[in-house]
Amino acid sequence: MEINDLYRDVILDHNRRPRNFGVLTPADASVEGYNPLCGDRLTVRLKMAGDEIEDIRFEGQGCAISTASASLMTEAVKGKTRADALALFGRVHSLLTDDAAPSDELGKLAALSGVREYPARVKCASLCWHTLASALKAPDPQHVAAVSTE
Amino acid sequence: MKNIALVGKPRFDVKFVRAEFPVLARSIHGKPLAYLDNGASSQRPNAVIDAVNEYERHHHANIHRGVHTLSQEATALYEAARDRLASFIHARSRREVIFVRGTTEGINLVAQSYARPLLQRGDEILITYLEHHANIVPWQLVCEQTGAKLVVAPMDERGEIHSDAVEALMSDRTRLFACAHVSNALGTVLPIRRLIAAAKSRGIVTLIDGAQAVPHMPVDVQDLDCDFYAFSGHKLFGPTGIGVLYGRESLLDRMPPWQGGGDMILAVTFGKTTYNSLPYKFEAGTPNISGAIGLGAAVEFLDSLDLEGAHAHEHALLTYASETLSAIDELRIVGTAKHKASLVSFVVAGVHPHDLGTILDEDGIAIRTGHHCAMPVMDYFKLAATARASFAFYNTFDEIDRLGAAILRARSIFA
Repeated sequence: MEINDLYRDVILDHNRRPRNFGVLTPADASVEGYNPLCGDRLTVRLKMAGDEIEDIRFEGQGCAISTASASLMTEAVKGKTRADALALFGRVHSLLTDDAAPSDELGKLAALSGVREYPARVKCASLCWHTLASALKAPDPQHVAAVSTE
Repeated sequence: MKNIALVGKPRFDVKFVRAEFPVLARSIHGKPLAYLDNGASSQRPNAVIDAVNEYERHHHANIHRGVHTLSQEATALYEAARDRLASFIHARSRREVIFVRGTTEGINLVAQSYARPLLQRGDEILITYLEHHANIVPWQLVCEQTGAKLVVAPMDERGEIHSDAVEALMSDRTRLFACAHVSNALGTVLPIRRLIAAAKSRGIVTLIDGAQAVPHMPVDVQDLDCDFYAFSGHKLFGPTGIGVLYGRESLLDRMPPWQGGGDMILAVTFGKTTYNSLPYKFEAGTPNISGAIGLGAAVEFLDSLDLEGAHAHEHALLTYASETLSAIDELRIVGTAKHKASLVSFVVAGVHPHDLGTILDEDGIAIRTGHHCAMPVMDYFKLAATARASFAFYNTFDEIDRLGAAILRARSIFA
């Protein structure tokens, strides 16, 4: 396993220039995710159009894996329905933890496949997704408690 | 006197010492291991591994109970370890050396058994800003239980604790002063001699968290004159799950037991239980026997070394690491106290500590990254995490060169 397989160009690029980074106002949901193990913290904000994610932004501080993963996530789920976004989370989760080859539907998210060789870093990549999922699953997305990876 | 003490102890030689630590011969990702995470846990020498192995293979039984040979052997080994530890920290008596799981348990024991029965609403416990969570949370718990207040003495931007600032917070409500001997996150050596004297002159009981100090400097609890001193075995080249709480006998005598069970009693009826004498009053249940024996062996190993030479080597490592890291552009050392133990906490602009940790691991270099269980310290410096290289006497200048080179490589990846 080479370090370049973890820090692929796509990851480095999204870390350097995170997409959809910043505050979203007004937002229909705002959830803070926190990894107490390392101190990474990020907030995901959503604007919904019915069942569809109309807009999404994130902010916070974290390592390159966590920042790039959140940036890639916002690009991937914008315009998706709740159910489709959650299904994508399922596929990303498998990508991070299983040996299965990345499916074509993942697109750029496949760049995260190197993470599974680094078990200590899986939570870095999954923090943003757990945060998004809790916003999407909440009956009242305006009032979702902070999410923790522990 | 010094020369006499050195008879039979070869001068400190890092090559010779490294050979005693089998794990240091490992390679990680095809590179020789550079183990720079000693602040989290140090490695074990053959002496410790062999002592534990020997015990497990030939001498194990429960202690303080059986009349059979094995039980007597196990008891003798366990108690001999206590004697070694007592002499290592210069306790007045073996009755003052309580085996606990580690520093954390030692502090919790004092919080619950010494502080809790004594504290009244409005009383104060004084700590400092740079404490490890293990020296914050037990006091918060006991404050919640009693209505006492936790008071925190300030730290400056170098990570130093000034005695005057601490003394200014010692009041007639202060019942206990607890502080680190050495900061795990910053390396600061605290002026504990002065702090203890200041507390003592006001009748305030003192507890020192010595987890990061005992591996790096001689500790004499009588000379320090503290009331409690806690440390962990696994940072002192011994096993995990074992540590020591030193307590002044006159205080330990007055304290109720912390946990009830076997071994801590003399007689039990359903009406009344008579507690065992010190130190057994505080060692309920079957203890970590092999751990204690391993820790005794660690201390025996240390006693066989030219420790003065070892500590001088560590100091040279600290100086060299500070210079090497300072020379790297956009690297900032966090914690620049005048007196530091051999660890360096730092951040590199543009490279998150966790990414740095992963990249360094590819080069066989083990460091700690994160908040070091000292989140108030991180908040003070407005950081979520730092990278920390912490040294033991078996580390080398070459390892520090490799650390510097690997940081440059990480910077180039993220440039």
